[in-house]
Amino acid sequence: MTREGAGVRVTPSRQAFAAILGKDLRTELRTLRSLPAMALFAVTTFVIFRFALDRTTLSGSLAAGVLWATLLFAAILGINRIFVSEREEGGFDAIRLAPIDRTVVFLAKAAALLVYMAVLELVTVPVFALFFLDSAAGLAPLALVILLADVGLAATGALISSMAVNSRARDLVVPLVLLPLVVPLMIAATGASDPLLEAGGPAYDRFGTWLLTLGLYDLVFLLIGYAVFDFLLED
Amino acid sequence: MTEAIALTALRRDFGERTALDCVALSLEEGRSLLVLGPNGAGKTTLLRILATLLRPSGGRAEVLGCELPGEAWRLRGRVGYLGHEPLLYRDLSSRENLAFHARLHGIPEREAAERIGFLLAAMGMERRADQRTEELSAGMRQRIAICRCVLHEPALLLLDEPDSHLDAEGRELARELVGPGRGATRVVVSHDPERALPEADRALVLGHGGVQLRESPAEELDPEEARSVAAGAPA
Repeated sequence: MTREGAGVRVTPSRQAFAAILGKDLRTELRTLRSLPAMALFAVTTFVIFRFALDRTTLSGSLAAGVLWATLLFAAILGINRIFVSEREEGGFDAIRLAPIDRTVVFLAKAAALLVYMAVLELVTVPVFALFFLDSAAGLAPLALVILLADVGLAATGALISSMAVNSRARDLVVPLVLLPLVVPLMIAATGASDPLLEAGGPAYDRFGTWLLTLGLYDLVFLLIGYAVFDFLLED
Repeated sequence: MTEAIALTALRRDFGERTALDCVALSLEEGRSLLVLGPNGAGKTTLLRILATLLRPSGGRAEVLGCELPGEAWRLRGRVGYLGHEPLLYRDLSSRENLAFHARLHGIPEREAAERIGFLLAAMGMERRADQRTEELSAGMRQRIAICRCVLHEPALLLLDEPDSHLDAEGRELARELVGPGRGATRVVVSHDPERALPEADRALVLGHGGVQLRESPAEELDPEEARSVAAGAPA
């Protein structure tokens, strides 16, 4: 229900969030503009690594590096497009005309990216394991690392994509601004993944510290997005 | 009668260029204002300021009792804006687009479904309701945009050339939804004064550079002058 008080109507944030997220997922499901490209990029990159490194198995830091470099660049394909429909089809105006808390747009877009990443990883992480890992024992704890890294990537990606979407050089601006910002996230993600992907089975050296770093990064960028997104939507 | 719109020395700059300069007017609730002027006179800029999509650079603007831009958040949801872009997502059907906007405006699901059905029928679009909007002609998209504009029963209608792309039947149907005498205050930009002038209570004439040339009751505006202004001749 819309709240009305003193002539002011405000749509509940949960309803606005569900509307925007639902619209994005429905559109992607129908058009498949981002996910197939992201998945194809990731799988192709794994194939290239497999032949370029000339090794049938990877472990430790090398495995973690291959995994996260591939996932990061695949994610950029989705991040680039997450605000395109709002820009090209007038969605920004429609959203700015609605009685909603605009930070909901940031949260809904970040959630859509999170779903894209989750789908991407459901397809590509098993391929990675098949190509490079001796044992799948590290995959269960790796899921937690992936989830935390995805939240940070989604928050940073939604923020940067909203800033870059008005630029004609959008495809250039997103990686240029995003990549330096996610360096700490990638260091923490590879640091946490490294012992999990060791040849002898998963180890947990400094695992908690890296998880805490990932969590802090997520919190900081979610808060930054929440704080500044309203201003980014102004004319 | 209460004032719906009160503007004093309103100005809007885009960098060095002034798009709107020293605009002053007063419009009572339920009345219609016709805005005339040549291309580049700032008509669309004025509408976008009233819709809270642009911030004024100077002067004072009060709309439905809300001071802009400070109280813009109180105004959103009470304004129906029909601009040059239909603000419809190409990959969604007309019905899905309207349902999305209904959710953004906090209209309960059942009420929204009924209202969407009514509006689609009113604009003669029920048979095309489940077709993607990218498959519709420009005139049909304009019909759906009119449905979107009045979906949340706004108190103020801001209509930028509402007849554009519409055939004779579409214009008549649109008149039933956004024409005068429906209770809402209307601000209409039109290049067809012969049609729009008889429906207006007041007229605002803007000149090149967004300078206000005239603001008067509509009946005091000479139709010949209105025609020449709309045609782009120097007033």
